[in-house]
Amino acid sequence: SYGALARYRNLSRVMKVNDSAAIGISGDYADYQFMKSVIEQRVIDEECLNDGFQYTPKSLFSWMTRVLYNRRSNFNPLWNTFIVGGVQDGEPFLGYIDKIGVAYNDPTIASGYGAYIAAPLLRDAFEANPKMSLAEAEKKIDECMKVLYYRDARSLNKYEVAIVTKDGTMIKSPIVSETNWEVAHMIKGYE
Amino acid sequence: YDLSASQFSPDGRVFQVEYALKAVENSGTAVGIRGKDGVVFGVEKLVTSKLYEAGANKRLFNIDRHIGIATAGLMADSRAVVEIAREEASNYRYNYGLPIPLKNLTDRVSGYVHAHTLYSSVRPFGVSMILGSHTVEEGPQMYLIDPSGVSWGYHGCATGKAKQAAKTEIEKLKMKDMPIADLVKEVAKIIYIVHDEVKDKNFELELSWVGEVTGGKHELVPKNVYVEAEKFAKEALEESDDSDEEDL
Repeated sequence: SYGALARYRNLSRVMKVNDSAAIGISGDYADYQFMKSVIEQRVIDEECLNDGFQYTPKSLFSWMTRVLYNRRSNFNPLWNTFIVGGVQDGEPFLGYIDKIGVAYNDPTIASGYGAYIAAPLLRDAFEANPKMSLAEAEKKIDECMKVLYYRDARSLNKYEVAIVTKDGTMIKSPIVSETNWEVAHMIKGYE
Repeated sequence: YDLSASQFSPDGRVFQVEYALKAVENSGTAVGIRGKDGVVFGVEKLVTSKLYEAGANKRLFNIDRHIGIATAGLMADSRAVVEIAREEASNYRYNYGLPIPLKNLTDRVSGYVHAHTLYSSVRPFGVSMILGSHTVEEGPQMYLIDPSGVSWGYHGCATGKAKQAAKTEIEKLKMKDMPIADLVKEVAKIIYIVHDEVKDKNFELELSWVGEVTGGKHELVPKNVYVEAEKFAKEALEESDDSDEEDL
C-alpha cells in the first residue's frame, strides 16, 4: 500500500536503471514519478550514443545527491528518500539519499521504519557474515520485510526486490512472506 | 538565383536545395530495406585515410530505443539533424508518456529540414536520411527524408553516390516477405556490389537492424550476424566476377 492509504496495493517503488544499477524509493510518489521519467530519459539518451558507457551506481548516486541537495537549497525539495544500489567494478554498492540531500553509502541501508527495525537485523547479519551469498541475503531481506509487516501497522504483506549482480539487474515482484500469527492467541482480546 | 534559398529561379527551382542534393550524391551510399518482420540499414562508409580509427564516424544513429537513422551527405549536418530528432523523441515521451511513432518523428524532422529551405539566413541541410523502426502496433516502417524536407515511406530505398545502382538491386528483391535474417545478407551484398573499387578504395560496411528479433530495439547488427553477412556479400561478389569471366 502507499503509506497510510491502503487503496493502491500494487504500486511499484523499485526501478531498474540499467544492467548495473537500480533504485528504490519512499516518500512522495509523484516526485518519484518525476525522478523516474528524468532518469529513464537520461538512460535512453545514453543508450542512443552507444559508446560503451552507462550510468554506474556511484555516478547515479552522485548525480541524484546533487539534484536533491540543490532542490532543498532552493526550498523546492523532492520529498523522497532514495536508495541506490548496484555493482561497480565487481563490487556491490548501496547508497542512501534523502530529501535534504543527506547522502551516504554502506553495506546495509534502510529508510523509514526500516531504519529502526531492519537496519539492526541487517547490520548484525552483515557483521557475522560479510561475504554472504545472494540467497542468504534474499532470505535476510525477507525476514526484515516480515518483521516490518508484523510491527508497522500501516504495512501490507507484499513486497518487491531489486537484485543487481554482475550479470544484470532483475526485479522480483510480488513476494509474500510466510507469517505466523499464532502468538495472537496468547494475547488477551485477540483469542 | 542560386545564392540563397529564399529565391526561386525563373523555371521554378530552388537551386540551393538542388545543390544540397548534390552534397548527398557525393557521399557514400546508404541503403534501407523494410521486410516482413523488421528493417535493415546498410551504409557504405568511405574511409579516406588508413590513419583513421576503425569504427569512427558512424553514419548509423539511434533515436530513442526503437528508431534508427542512416544518413548520407555532410556528416556535421547529419549530426545536427539527428540531435533535433532525439530532442523531438524526448519531448514526445515527456508529453505523451509513449515512445514516438515513426510517422510523427518523420513529420517533425521533415518540417525542420524544410524550414531551412525557406530563408536566406540559413542554408539547407546537405543530408538525406533513412528512418526506420519496428513496433508491435505498426510493424516495420521506413521513411526517407531529403534536403528539401520531403518524406516518403518506402519498402526499399537508397541514397548517396550509388543510389541508382542500389535501387536497381533492391528492386530485384521481394522484400515484403523476407525475414530480417535474409535482409541483412542482401543489404550487405548490395553495398558490396555498388561499391566502386576504382574510385573509392577503402570502405567500412555498417549494418544495423530493428525488428521482432531485437524486440523492437534499434541496434548495430551483432558481430556474428555481421561477419556472416559480410561473408555472404563477398562470396556473392566473387560469384558474379566468376560468371563475368565465363562470358568472356
